[in-house]
Order: sequence, then structure tokens, then C-alpha cells
Amino acid sequence: MNNLLKGSTGDWEIVIGIEIHAQIISESKLFSGSSTIFGSEHNTQVSFVDAGMPGMLPVINSICVEQAVKTGLGLNAKINNFSIFDRKNYFYPDLPQGYQISQFDQPIVGEGKVLIDLEGNIEKEVRIERLHLEQDAGKSLHDQHPSYSFVDLNRSGVALMEIVSMPDMSSSEEAQAYVKKIRNIMKYLRTCDGNMDEGSLRADINVSVRKPGDDLGTRCEIKNVNSIKFIGQAIEYEAKRQIKLIEDGELIKQQTRLFDPKKGQTRSMRSKEEAHDYRYFPDPDLLPLTFTDEFVENIRKTLPELPDIRRRRFVDDFNLSPYDASILVSERETADYFEIASEGVNSKLVCNWIVGELFSFLNKVNKTIDQSPITPQNLGKLINLIDDGTITGRIAKDIFEIMTESGDDPISIVDSNNMRQVSDEGEIEKIIDSIIELNPDQVKALEDKPNLMGWFVGQVMKETQGRANPQKVNDILNSKLLK
Amino acid sequence: MANLTNLCLHEARDGLIKKSFSTRDLIIDHIDAMESSRNLNAFITETPELALKSADLSDKNFANQNNRPLEGIPLGIKDMFCTKDVLTTASSKMLSSFIPPYESTVTDNLWKKGAILLGKLNNDEFAMGSSNETSFFGPVINPWKKNDSTESLVPGGSSGGSAASVAAGVGVGSLGTDTGGSIRQPAAFTGTVGLKPTYGRCSRWGIIAFASSLDQAGPITRNVKDNAILLKNMCSHDSKDTTSSSKEIPDFESSVGKSIKGLKVGIPSEFIQDGMSEDIIEMWTKGKEWLKAAGAEIIDISLPNTKYALPCYYIIAPAEASSNLSRYDGVRFGHSVNSNDINEMYEKTRSEGFGDEVKRRIMIGTYVLSSGYYDAYYLKAQKVRSLISLDYSQAFNKVDVLLTPSTPNSAFNLNEKCDDPLSMYLNDVFTVPVNLAGLPAISIPSSKDKNGLPLGLQLIGKPFDEETLYSFANVIEESSNFKSLDNKWWLKDE
Repeated sequence: MNNLLKGSTGDWEIVIGIEIHAQIISESKLFSGSSTIFGSEHNTQVSFVDAGMPGMLPVINSICVEQAVKTGLGLNAKINNFSIFDRKNYFYPDLPQGYQISQFDQPIVGEGKVLIDLEGNIEKEVRIERLHLEQDAGKSLHDQHPSYSFVDLNRSGVALMEIVSMPDMSSSEEAQAYVKKIRNIMKYLRTCDGNMDEGSLRADINVSVRKPGDDLGTRCEIKNVNSIKFIGQAIEYEAKRQIKLIEDGELIKQQTRLFDPKKGQTRSMRSKEEAHDYRYFPDPDLLPLTFTDEFVENIRKTLPELPDIRRRRFVDDFNLSPYDASILVSERETADYFEIASEGVNSKLVCNWIVGELFSFLNKVNKTIDQSPITPQNLGKLINLIDDGTITGRIAKDIFEIMTESGDDPISIVDSNNMRQVSDEGEIEKIIDSIIELNPDQVKALEDKPNLMGWFVGQVMKETQGRANPQKVNDILNSKLLK
Repeated sequence: MANLTNLCLHEARDGLIKKSFSTRDLIIDHIDAMESSRNLNAFITETPELALKSADLSDKNFANQNNRPLEGIPLGIKDMFCTKDVLTTASSKMLSSFIPPYESTVTDNLWKKGAILLGKLNNDEFAMGSSNETSFFGPVINPWKKNDSTESLVPGGSSGGSAASVAAGVGVGSLGTDTGGSIRQPAAFTGTVGLKPTYGRCSRWGIIAFASSLDQAGPITRNVKDNAILLKNMCSHDSKDTTSSSKEIPDFESSVGKSIKGLKVGIPSEFIQDGMSEDIIEMWTKGKEWLKAAGAEIIDISLPNTKYALPCYYIIAPAEASSNLSRYDGVRFGHSVNSNDINEMYEKTRSEGFGDEVKRRIMIGTYVLSSGYYDAYYLKAQKVRSLISLDYSQAFNKVDVLLTPSTPNSAFNLNEKCDDPLSMYLNDVFTVPVNLAGLPAISIPSSKDKNGLPLGLQLIGKPFDEETLYSFANVIEESSNFKSLDNKWWLKDE
């Protein structure tokens, strides 16, 4: 695969590693019983533990441990039955304890791997270095008062998984595909909702460049990128910036950078010299986290079918192309929708309708598939109506549009609007005869221009409001006019 | 009626049950004693109104025969325990106006058993010190004085107020915390009985943290039996503290008076220090004889890594403290200095809010954890800690308890060691290894030095075997015939 970038001195290779911070789906926080509901009134989801009050102690939430193990299994990773919580020490007003409880050299999940799906139906393996559990910080609000910053501790202590990849990606497309895949796996597992707008999934992107075959270059880390689109833009910008610097004879300085979506640029946040010394050490308030193999096996039993396996099944069982199948499984909700809609229905047609009409409608109104006004059952019915000849394909599109507005059952729409297909040959013949009679000039012209047949078809359709069976119309017209 | 403060905990308990006096009578005498002992500066906060209110409830419970195990028992609580709606300062300017909206598990257990809070006791700032001189609220004065001397002595620390108040007869017992000797050393300096339970025996929830892997709450009392009673009512398994033990809690009181015949006592040779005073050596020898006379077998044993305990402790404890004390940043509670710059706000808040000893330990702790030094200090100290624990577990394959002096000296003069942190730290040489190994240990007043000051013997036990400690401590108590303080000079000074 050729992912090289052109510079003035030749080709450059980009090397990308990604740290994903994924908020765990759990009713309460990692070390306290406070609720994790997003969007609550400021500082209402805060226990004494979350506020770092004197004498308060953390107690691990076992649900979060299960979720991390589940995710680890979904990433084909080694699960560590013994792991340690460490303190990462730094001062910031939204970090009440003055340290974040995280995992440093003994994480709960070790090495794993995922397959990412690239254009042209190509797969690539990206290795996972580790997954660890940690607490989120609160939120600093700098835009609420002219001279003060406010702190909202609702998020303080919420459980995160940090998933660290190996530097196995070499283009912005691969990086985007990787984040999408991880997000998708977690959504399948229901361990993270993957909602990047609400910050439940954020990515730190490590980018470096090198001449093909050279050793790794100095990397810069772009912090907290919060959309798939921005990930692509940030990498493109950053790689070009680094190439230009090197080609101008300068050295890359190891830095933490921020992506500015308005300018489409990255800018320096702090240099290596300014980096914090986090003084990690094992948290003495927490015992090592241990669990049995049985615990892991019980979680393994609850794993749902994951996207790669589901895609294979879609190809095998529904006779879909690998491309179609991968589109359907790329969101758990879409795949679920498809499976419901295609129960007892022509699945190939269902797939076409989802990927075509439904996606373009959802796109237009900016909705996700689980917000679709057309239920999968109703879409299935609509397709059956086409398949069994009750309606024509053209009418189906009209019905679809009605369904997007009313959400009604397509059968009742057909009945109340008299939209059934006209397949009765006598009836069609009658209509054709009257058209021929009324248009002798056209009939004559047809002798020289066989293309004019389309005009006759159009007239029949006009006469029947599109309900005439197109095959029968063609057959009758052919038999009458092409002698 | 004689002054009821002369009664120890179990005498007061029995008197109340027999209705020889009311709780109100008992509490009033203790409040009087507390108020007339202010020269000792043992209390930071006195809570007489609360105490009287609780006394009335206790009297009602006695009348209705609803009395609980510690009904009406007046206690002082070290100011490291968060007490709901009662000022809790850790003896620091940083928390000098902090009123917790919650109650520590240990004190909550005591109140639920009917005990009554007299007030909050002074200690070294954030429990860092061995003389109670680092308190923002001033030093505590030891009720003991040298023979024919008026010089003020320190009560030891960090639970100096807890030990001094019990020695002075204010409250029948108190709670302390012990991270490196903070219960046992002041108990030894004031002629009181102080126990540090096994790590995990008492919940740490609601206790202001100094060094989480070492901190443990414990009772200070006038005698061994009282100590056992108080411990029984303090501890519980607490789901809010992951390090708290779910082991069954025995009736410690029934171990007091139990025979020690046939049990083995280890004498660790490494605890024999150069320049140890005659008084200490003599007490130790007498201790061995008492236990032998009671039927125990004395065995010399070795704890080879003892000499590393103090340096190891002074790496691990400050490391944890430097992180535990990060939360005092002036943002949410406690002392706070405003500034337009966030770093300046931290600097000013923490410079003003913390005293010198606390700052010193935060600096040491930050240093030993910092990148490039972690392996050489913190990591190595953790390895040494494991070796020290191993020393003890091997020793306990051979013996049931260990007998050592509690401290290398008796109480020293106020201001004597203030400017010499190293010599101050050396005061913990016999107590610190016990915390590193997480073991239970008790200090029992055993004799007096040539100046008439109390000295203590320390018994160290197997994990979760406080019962054997109490049986042995009781033998020492009965053999030593230690005379508690009779000259209440501080009352006359008023």
C-alpha cells in the first residue's frame, strides 16, 4: 500500500499511534457511587470522594472492571488478572485530589489487535499495546465570568478506558478507520457509547514522519481530538508541518499540541521540557485489582457477536457482497436494523434500500438510524410489496417518502392511496390502444427512431400514475408497435 | 462524691450500669477537668454542650435499660478524625476552619455504641511529628515533669493531645492515629497504654490521611483492660475502605487476664542500640523477667533489616503524604489565598497553610517520587519494606510476641529537638518497623527513669492477634506496679 506523502526531498512516511479515552458505560463512577448522567446541573453528581474531601477513600466499582475486561476481550487482548492502580500527580483546579487514579505499568488489559477496514475492501491489522482504567477529571469552565474560571465536578471520577495502539498506522484514513473500528467494537459491546460530541470518546494522536526505512522520527502528540473528521485534518496538517520543518533543516521538538478546528491547524501546548513529572506511584488506598479466570470466562460468555464476525455471517447467510456487509456492520445499530428489516424479506433489496434511500434521507435530516421514523419492520414490508409485485419500484419511492413523514405502515398507505400495481393485461392494453390512436405521428416516427419507445412507456405511466407493471407495458408495446 | 474523673473507663462503665452516678455527673466532672486543664493545650475544640446533650440521652437509655456497650463514656478524639459538624483541623492552619459534613467510621462506631465526645485533641500538624510541637495550635504540654523540675516536657507525638489528656484524667480514653509510632511513643511518654492495631483492623474512612499504607487508628487509655474495651468498639469491617479487614472481631476484653504460660517471647537483638540509657535497658530486663515469671519462654531472635526501617519509613511516608496532601489546594475547602494566577494561588495557599515540618515532608516525598529518583528511593524503599515484613513473619514462626522498649528515651524538653529533625525522627526507631510490617503493637507503662519520667515497653504481635498482646500487656501491667501521675500541677497554675 502506498501511503507516502510527497515532500521537496522525496517521499515521506507518516507514523501514527493513538490513545483513545473512552468513557465507560456505567451508572456510577469508577471509585464512588455518584451518578454519571451527562448534562446534569453543574456540581450535582459529586460525592465527597469525587470532591477530594479529607479522609475520603476510593472503592472500585466492579461494573467498570467488567466493562474493561469485556472491551479487552473485544480487542482480542490479554486480560491481566492482577493489575495495579497508580496515582498520577499534578495540580489543576478540576482535579480535586491533586492526582488522577490511573494504571501505569501493570494495566488491566495487555496486548491485543484489531482489524481496520479500509477502502477497496482492504483490511489491516493494528496492534493494541494496552488498555487501562482511570478516572476522568472535572471540567474547567473559562467562559462563564469575566475574571473567574468555574469548575464543574460532575465528570470528576467518571470511569475511562485508555486504549493505546502501537504506532501501526500510516495515513489519516487508517487513523480514522482505527478510531471508527474501536468505537464500533465498544458500541457492539455496550462498554462505551462512542459519543464524541459529548466527550465520551476522545483521542490523543501521536504523529511522526520519516523517510521510508528510517528509524522512527520525533513525535508530537495532538491532544483531545474529538471528531473523526478532525482526526483526519489534524494528522494531515501535522504531518505536512513536520515534513516542512525537516526539509527546511530544522529539528522536530517533542511537543504536546492542540488541534484548532476553526483554523484546521495544530499549535503547541507545551514542550517536553515543560512536561509534567507525574510522579506515578501505586495508590496506597487501593489493593491490587485481582480476579479469577472464571470471572473473565463468565464475561466472555456474554460477548455479543462482534463486527468482523457479523460481517462474515452477513456475507454467508444473506448473500451480500463483502462491501455491503461491511457498510451494514460498521454501526451496530445499522446491522441490527438490517437484521430486523430483512426477516422474511429479500435481504439484498433491504441492504440496497438502507444504504441508498434510508441513508440519504437520514443524512439530509441529520438523524441516526435508531432515530429513523421508518421502523425496520415497515421498511421490510415496503420491500415485500415491491418484491411480490404489489407496487412498482417508482411508487415505492413515493411511499417511502410518505413513511419518512408519517411513519405509517406501507400497506395501509398503499391501500388508502390506491397505489397497487396494474398488472392486468387487458387494462394495460386498453390504455396503450388509446395512446396509439391519439398519436399517429409518433407511431410513424417510431419506424425511424426506435428510441421513441421510451416516450410511449412514459405516456402509459402517466396515464396510470406510475402504477403500471413496467414489464407488461414493455411487452405489450413491443408486440403492438414493433411488428 | 469523689471526683468521677478518677475512675478509669471500665470503672466508669460499671458505675453507670450500677447507677452509682448518672452520666450527667460523670460528664460534668470531665468537662470541669477539661476546662481546668487548658494549660496543657491538649484540646483544640471543646464540645461541652454536645457532651451534656449526649449525657442526657445516655441517662434516658440507662433508665429504659436501653444502654449500649459504651453508654455514657467520655472520650477525646484526635483532630485527625473527621467529626460531623465539629471543627476538624488536623492541627493545621490549612484546615483551621474546616467543619466536615461527615463522621469517620471509627468515631461513628463509638457514638453508636453510646460513647460521648468531650472534644477534639491537639496533635502534630497532619500527624507529622514526634513531640506535638508542629501543631498550628501550639504544643501540648506533658502532664509529667521531671522530679524537682518545673521545665515543660513534650508529650510525644503525633497523638500528643490524646496521650496528655488521658494521663491528666480528662476523658477516660482517647483515640489516636499511628503512622510510625504516633500512638505508642506519646503513650510511653505519658504513662498511658497505647495500641496500634493491625493495619486494616480499623477503617481509615474519614480519618485525614497522612500516609495511607501506614496510618491506623487506635486507643489510648489508662490501663490495658480499658484499651481492649475501646478497641472492640472502634473496629469494624468497612466497605468504604478497601484496606479494612473483614476478619471477625474478637472480644478483646476477655484476653485481659488470660495466662501466657508456655507462650514464646522474642527479644530482637537489633533493638539493642548504642548509647541506650541504663533506665531503658533495666526496664527491658525487668520486662523479660516478669514475662518469664508468668510462664512465658524468652527467646533471642534477629530482625536483620531493622536498621533500614527508619530510612525506609522516611521515604515511603513522605512520598504518600506528598500526594495525599495535594488536595489542599485552596480550591474547594480549607485555607485559600486568592490570586490572578493559578500557580501563584497554589503557592501562596500552600506556603501559608502548611507549617515547616509538613512542607519538609512534602518536599522529601515529591523528591523521592520524581522521575530519575523513583527507582533509587521509592522503589528501593518498597523492596526494603518487603524484607522488613519478611523478618517479622519469620520471627513469628518462632515466637508469639516480641518485646522491645517503646522509645529510646523518655519525654524530652519542649523545644529541645525542634530544630533538629533528624534527632526527632530517631525517636521513632522502635515503633516505625511495626507500621512498615502492618503489625499490631502496644506500649505499656513499665517503669520510670532516674528523673521519675514514665517509660514504656512495646509488645509486637502477629497480624490480627491483638488478643495475645492484651494478655501479655496485662502481665506487664500487673507486674510493673506503675504508679500513675498524682501531682496535678496544671490545675494550680490556672
